[in-house]
Amino acid sequence: MVEKENKVYSRPAIGTSLLAFGFILLIGSIVLGISVGAAHIDFQTVWRSIFHYDSTREADQIIVGIRLPRELGAAIVGAAFAVSGAIMQGMTRNPLADPGLLGLNAGASLALACVFAFHPSATYLSVMFVSFIGAGIGAGLVFGLGSLRPGGMSPVRITLAGAAVSALLSALGEGMALYYKLSQDLAFWTAGGVSGTNWLQLKLIFPVVVVGMMMAIVLSKHLTILSFGEEMAKGLGQRTLLTKAVLMTVVLILAGAAVSLVGPVAFVGLMVPNIVRYLVGTDYRWIIPCSAVFGGILMVLADTAARMVNAPYETPIGAIVSIAGVPFFLYLARKGGRK
Amino acid sequence: MINSDRLKRVRFTMISALFLLLALFVISVATGYISLSPAQLARTILGQGTSKENLILFDFRLPRIIITILAGMGLAVSGSILQSITRNPLSDPGVLGIHAGAGLMVVFYVMFFTAESTNFLYVLPLFALLGGIFAAAIIYILSYLKGEGVDPNRLVLIGVGIAAAMNGAILTLSTRLEREEYDFFANWMAGRIWGDDWTFVLALLPWILLLLPVVLAKSNVLNILNLHEHVSVGLGVHVERERLILIFIAVALSSASVSVSGSIPFIGLMAPHIARALVGPRHQWFLPIAAVLGAILLLAADTIGRVILDPSGIPAGIVVSIIGAPYFMYLMAKK
Repeated sequence: MVEKENKVYSRPAIGTSLLAFGFILLIGSIVLGISVGAAHIDFQTVWRSIFHYDSTREADQIIVGIRLPRELGAAIVGAAFAVSGAIMQGMTRNPLADPGLLGLNAGASLALACVFAFHPSATYLSVMFVSFIGAGIGAGLVFGLGSLRPGGMSPVRITLAGAAVSALLSALGEGMALYYKLSQDLAFWTAGGVSGTNWLQLKLIFPVVVVGMMMAIVLSKHLTILSFGEEMAKGLGQRTLLTKAVLMTVVLILAGAAVSLVGPVAFVGLMVPNIVRYLVGTDYRWIIPCSAVFGGILMVLADTAARMVNAPYETPIGAIVSIAGVPFFLYLARKGGRK
Repeated sequence: MINSDRLKRVRFTMISALFLLLALFVISVATGYISLSPAQLARTILGQGTSKENLILFDFRLPRIIITILAGMGLAVSGSILQSITRNPLSDPGVLGIHAGAGLMVVFYVMFFTAESTNFLYVLPLFALLGGIFAAAIIYILSYLKGEGVDPNRLVLIGVGIAAAMNGAILTLSTRLEREEYDFFANWMAGRIWGDDWTFVLALLPWILLLLPVVLAKSNVLNILNLHEHVSVGLGVHVERERLILIFIAVALSSASVSVSGSIPFIGLMAPHIARALVGPRHQWFLPIAAVLGAILLLAADTIGRVILDPSGIPAGIVVSIIGAPYFMYLMAKK
């Protein structure tokens, strides 16, 4: 293996145990998330209602009808954000890359404003499709701007480009929202988090995210090579343009699906892959699955926290995540600027 | 160094800019839900207006226009200072998180103090200033590394991160606001000129009147700080001290401006750029022109926003973003 001799350092033992441990933690946090809340439910009841569902019991209806889809939604969305962040960081070799900071969220919000304004009766599927397109436009603008100049993908350029594109797209979205008087609908969606996630939405989003994940895992070896730099990847015989295009598509599928369900959440895609990379090394065959699991955990815990902090009101999940994520961003920015 | 052609050009630019501002003033008075034609305007200014015309001009239009002009100047000069100090042409008080800090304090203020409403107008700029200083201090301290000082790139990255943090906190807090308070705050964040009577002019005017001359007097310091760090130390400037004073002034100008005008992005970015492109990088020349351009840009944005969507209008901050963000992208592509 070429990359083994190179600077990839991979820790399969840690990776395997991290994955196993992560799965247990994920299931634990989902159970915890289900059992705490307005109606406190003990673990046995959770177990019983999932595996021996009885529609006549009220607790079972709450758990299977409301809490379980919500927790599953959080897990799927967290996994999708984390994997798309991991791919972006590998592609751009920029540890600060995150779908939220790079215009995807703002693009999706603008697209949603358009849907609410011009086609209010749109089905959930078409809303999801439109937010893909919006996310794609946002990301395309940021990457286009960031790479206009040779050597232009530096952290500072791409972050600034992200800030500017986000400002523009969200201003346009806000303007439309004001004009068509939909601020409240949009604010509801923006701050709504995973509350109200239902099985129908999960049925639509689950296959999309699974396809994205499969593609990410299949491509993870190419991503590892690409993360050495474009020259090196070309030297190793990779068709870098094609790889990049496919990877970008995966990012859009994952982040677009996640944004369409949960609204704009930044920093999950930033934090998780960085922590995972620190633990398992620079081999994306480990980084991607581990990021998926830990992204899910982070989002489930954040959602539980969002319900607990100011109960009975829900705190916007994006705010919870960004308050946790910003110190992390600052740490990376200090480290990155040191060179 | 200073040749007369150059000076003529500066003078010509300044006069054209002032003329443009005057034209915009006339247009702004002449458009919108309640308006005065230029002839009515002239008559009213000369003291011959009907009571209705007087009311429209002196009670409604004029205070808002003056607020807009003052805030535009404050933001433009603040942006000029930040760009020179960070040696990053893309710096702007909004991008760097200072507005978010001011916004955070505005939420606190709206949450706790709106009941006692008379003094609130004068105190709000102070609160916004506290928030702005708070944000700037955090950004400065975090970007300072021992032995290396403040690296401009790191400062920008950290500013963007802090802005995101503050906005997260703002979002969390704003969900606890009462309906009416939330509406005020949402409009503030979108950059709607909300202070539109004479009390607000009085609240903002002292800041601009006191601080603009100080900045102008420091033009030479700014010229030097804009050079490389070693050069400025070699030329005998107390770099660290002057930089802190100037950052303080920049923060004060932008916080006081946005406290009355709402959070307006990109003016601090665009105005200095255009001014520099017109008359070159000497601060003595481009600062006054940047100030007038800032006023022009904000007044134009507010007038456009007001006219497009009568009677509620689109907040000036949104209009500025729609113009400013593409300009920012153009600058990124060019530099």
